Amino acid sequence: MGITDFLLEKITKVSSQKKDMKENIWSKCSGCGEISYRQEIEDNYQCCPKCDFHFPVSAMQKIDYIIDPHTFVEFDTGIRSLDPLKFKDSKKYPDRIKAAVKKMDMNDAFVGGMAKINGREINIGGIEFGFLGGSMGSVVGEKITRLVENAIKNHRHVITISCSGGARMQESILSLMQMAKTSAALAKLRMEGLGHISLLTDPTTGGVTASYAMLGDVIMAEPKALICFAGPRVIEQTIRQKLPEGFQRSEFLLEHGMVDIVSHRKRWRKDITRVLDFFGYN
Amino acid sequence: MAAPLDFEAPIIEIENKIAEIKNMSSLSDSDMQREVDSLQKRLERVKANIYQRLTPSQKLMVARHPERPYTLDFIKLMFTDFLELHGDRLFRDDQALVCGIANFNDSPVMVIGHQKGRNTKENIRRNFGMASPEGYRKAQRMFDLAERFNRPIITFVDTPGAYPGIEAEERGQAEAIAKSLMMMAELTVPMITVITGEGGSGGALAIAMGNRVLMLEHSTYSVISPEGCASILWKDASYAGRAAEALKLTAQDLKELEVIDEIVNEPLGGAHRNHHQIAHNLKTAIARHLKEIKSLAPKQIFEQRYDKFRNMGVFAE
Ligand SMILES: [Zn+2]
Repeated sequence: MGITDFLLEKITKVSSQKKDMKENIWSKCSGCGEISYRQEIEDNYQCCPKCDFHFPVSAMQKIDYIIDPHTFVEFDTGIRSLDPLKFKDSKKYPDRIKAAVKKMDMNDAFVGGMAKINGREINIGGIEFGFLGGSMGSVVGEKITRLVENAIKNHRHVITISCSGGARMQESILSLMQMAKTSAALAKLRMEGLGHISLLTDPTTGGVTASYAMLGDVIMAEPKALICFAGPRVIEQTIRQKLPEGFQRSEFLLEHGMVDIVSHRKRWRKDITRVLDFFGYN
Repeated sequence: MAAPLDFEAPIIEIENKIAEIKNMSSLSDSDMQREVDSLQKRLERVKANIYQRLTPSQKLMVARHPERPYTLDFIKLMFTDFLELHGDRLFRDDQALVCGIANFNDSPVMVIGHQKGRNTKENIRRNFGMASPEGYRKAQRMFDLAERFNRPIITFVDTPGAYPGIEAEERGQAEAIAKSLMMMAELTVPMITVITGEGGSGGALAIAMGNRVLMLEHSTYSVISPEGCASILWKDASYAGRAAEALKLTAQDLKELEVIDEIVNEPLGGAHRNHHQIAHNLKTAIARHLKEIKSLAPKQIFEQRYDKFRNMGVFAE
């Protein structure tokens, strides 16, 4: 295809998307309230060019910010949730799952696989918040565990990206057991001399924080992300007072010694590369 | 008895009647005995009737009963020569979680358990059995001690959950629990866990990764309290009863889900009625499981625990 043809095709494409683009050309930042060009935000890793507010992005997008382009090979796409407890609140659990599968076009809240960073193989996976709040049920726990076990088998380091409301209540005790399972897998990874980089994004809470996510050999956090065990509302109810500004945000955790680095999205790949170089490869 | 449970009213009524008759001087000894015997029989029937049909909410009330035996009670009744060990060496001694060395059937073991209080003063000291990061870090020291000197660990779980407070968050409640999970996964010594009362979420699991996990007959274990679950999913804490049903938190549910290994029978009418009886039942069960695990090599003990938790979860593929 010649350059003219290429441009022509592009122009036609653009004009057909014009209506679409008009609506999407500007975005208002929920951090500072300023309006920016959509494209400018996109070029800034979906962060506000004015205040660096991190707009929410999908788990796959986060993975793409870190790895070499087109090197991701996904694992275990076929694992699906069941309803062992026959759980029903205002809706039946299987109906909630069905709706989430349709909305997100994925089987559950975790996407993981192998990829390359600077040509070297690693296992990487992330929780998708859009799927039932990124809650960790049997499927998420199993996929994280397999990601780690596969890394042990292939002698690779592991990168996890968390974004979760915590446990999946509809699986009650089975959800709780995923905390034990994923932590046990990481214990084995450690015994094998392999590393785990844990990247915490907004929000990372509850049973996810209190298991594999806080077990990174190096823990990175997205700026201003909510990272906690008990959520702010639960604490406010317990102590019956308002919480201070910035409580349980990444910078607060850094100050209290709970994370190693607060890292802007545009630095993720660079920072992770530095840590992986330190871990070493063979 | 403190704070009688409403569903126990028929039991209390007969118990009061028996006490009343025993005080009646007008009756002859044999008449009194006959009367008491018949009431006693009725009492057992009524107790059995009520306690065999407890709803999940009622079980939760039994599990939270203020007269239920707590870790220090079990230690007194099942172990000898307990020596409590204190502190996390970092910040303070968390009294919501007690640890120490003791003899179990004449062999040294490490004992770790949540500790609730029986009155307000005690509960302030024990923080209602809700441990802070310091408590879990103290437990980590004990996991390490047991591992280094090759002693079994026995843990007693009874907590509403890990403490949700400002200081607990500042000092890394999540990290403390996570690290505990990883350390338990690494152990090569036998570990037996007993859920004795309330198994409240991550705060319970943080000392509950035994090679065997036992539950007392009327204890509960779940990812969130029914009150918390109801306020999130039903947006109304008064739905706690329905949440308790939905969460499948009873010992019987968890045995069916294959999350626990054994249910230890409580005396009729609940463990709070007879501490000696429940301690006897539990001691027998722990001794049996400990013997089985002790027969394995250290590496097998580690692998058995790994496989046990590795296989938890239900999904399709
Ligand atoms: Zn902004």
